[in-house]
Amino acid sequence: MSEEKLHAAVQAMSERFEAEVEVFRGETTLFLAAEKMPAAAAALRDEFGFDNLLDASALDYWPETPDLGRFHVFYQLFSMQHYAMLRLRTRLDNANPTMPTLTGVYPNANWKEREMWDMFGITFEDHPDPRRILMPYDWEGHPLRKDYPLGYEEIQFTFNFDEINQRKPNAKGLR
Amino acid sequence: MLDYREPNEIPEEFRHLVSERALRGETMLLNMGPQHPSTHGVLRLLLELDGEIIVNCIPDIGFLHTGIEKNMEAKRYQQAEVMTDRIDYMNNAMNNLVYCLALEKLTELDVPLRAQGIRVIVAELTRLSSHLLWLGTSGLDLGAMSIFMYAFRERELILDMLEMISGQRMMTTYIRPGGLWRDVPVEFEDTLRNFIKIMPGRIAEYRGLLEKNPIFRDRTISIGVINEEECIRWGITGPILRATGRAYDLRKVRPYSGYEQYDFEIPTHDGGDIFGRYFVRVNEMLQSVRILEQALDKLPYGPVRSTNRKYVPPPRAELGVSMEALIHHFKLWTEGFKPPVGSVYTAVEGSHGELGVFMESNGSPKPMRVHFNTPSFINLQMLPLLTRGRFVADVVGIIASIDIVLGDCDR
Repeated sequence: MSEEKLHAAVQAMSERFEAEVEVFRGETTLFLAAEKMPAAAAALRDEFGFDNLLDASALDYWPETPDLGRFHVFYQLFSMQHYAMLRLRTRLDNANPTMPTLTGVYPNANWKEREMWDMFGITFEDHPDPRRILMPYDWEGHPLRKDYPLGYEEIQFTFNFDEINQRKPNAKGLR
Repeated sequence: MLDYREPNEIPEEFRHLVSERALRGETMLLNMGPQHPSTHGVLRLLLELDGEIIVNCIPDIGFLHTGIEKNMEAKRYQQAEVMTDRIDYMNNAMNNLVYCLALEKLTELDVPLRAQGIRVIVAELTRLSSHLLWLGTSGLDLGAMSIFMYAFRERELILDMLEMISGQRMMTTYIRPGGLWRDVPVEFEDTLRNFIKIMPGRIAEYRGLLEKNPIFRDRTISIGVINEEECIRWGITGPILRATGRAYDLRKVRPYSGYEQYDFEIPTHDGGDIFGRYFVRVNEMLQSVRILEQALDKLPYGPVRSTNRKYVPPPRAELGVSMEALIHHFKLWTEGFKPPVGSVYTAVEGSHGELGVFMESNGSPKPMRVHFNTPSFINLQMLPLLTRGRFVADVVGIIASIDIVLGDCDR
């Protein structure tokens, strides 16, 4: 039952919104253009019963090939009526990663999109509350980007002892 | 007396969220700060109060953000699994389980039946431990202090059992890709049977302490009400959704790890209030004990880890006699295994809701992206909805009933 519903939804989506379909390990992913996402999500919610947004996040492909799009944003949708799962995915490029928000369609995308802004720097147009969520409000940089350093404590050996002491005057080791 | 009110010192970043009454000084902004005994972790709430009634509630999270997802991209898959325990530190084995299920789906790894049965046992034990902690702390928040001691007495039994099988009380990493770390020791079965025998009586004790208490009932019935459509709109899963009357449990809808062979019910309640969530969780504990008993009875003999040496290390005894085992061991420990390219989303029924993992691999031994879809992050979003128009004292009860774990929320 859920298979046919899913199939019907996928067919309709690929016709109406020019979505590329990919099936891997039994999961269906639809690749869409970023501007079509709200309309596609609204159609899925109203006509095909995908009323639940389970998950939404982004991926960073730096420094991979630019035609893949540096950022991918995915929305994992679930239908509580037919128990079917679907993923919507878009590609955004590095220069200006912006896409319209899905909070009008699924209210719980609010915090998920805030997290994407915080961690990746992807802006969402018309988002009601565009502020950082996990990092402090005045943080600079977007931590989950691949060009953001992991940021661990440098071990103070003898060869860099003086250099680290200069940078951190309050952390004086035993000498 | 002069009746003057100074305008609130509203931080810049919240100005668009508070109402104009706060800007004029009619309502007060109270900071229920990150260090608070009743917020169940480091959660900051900005409460906009009109007297005692809450006009708006703005949650501010991120105080427990440790960058687990970023860290996992710098480690190999086996090393990254150790970090999963710390995400939802109340039900550790569920995090391990969902990570391993995602990895096994991605790599199409087989898991032997005995390992599946023991995984179910460990998962239900951690669900019980999480619910016991919830019961104790939420009772404590509402003022019933003795239930805390009772709940933790049983939790000690569970943690002792987890220590018996894995050496660790909480952060076990016992569930590994391909199965388990090692088989359970001989004493485990008797200890578990003893636990199963006494647990229903203890749960009846807790209900006797709380359910008919008029103060508890006054503080929980018809407070923090949410209905089913709003739950689904906001993506809420877990005991909160079941307390609105919808019998949705991932163990029945998308069963994993052999749950389809066990016979258990999904407890629901119609109220959608704090009492409903309490009712659902206490009955879930009883159903967990039922599953434990069945899992232990049906547990087959056999290996506990897959024999696919590309992903699972060989036992130490083999290293002395087999060259291939040595090479596999060497490759797994130095380079790690390389899953095929692709992305999967897997979810399990955690004790707070649907705990999911989105894992994308690009063929390298380190995960390209691991994203945890944690229930506390989603469930906390609806806190403003539940607390508007309520008293400050109700906020404590409502947060306790949503059962958030800040490690889950912030990662």
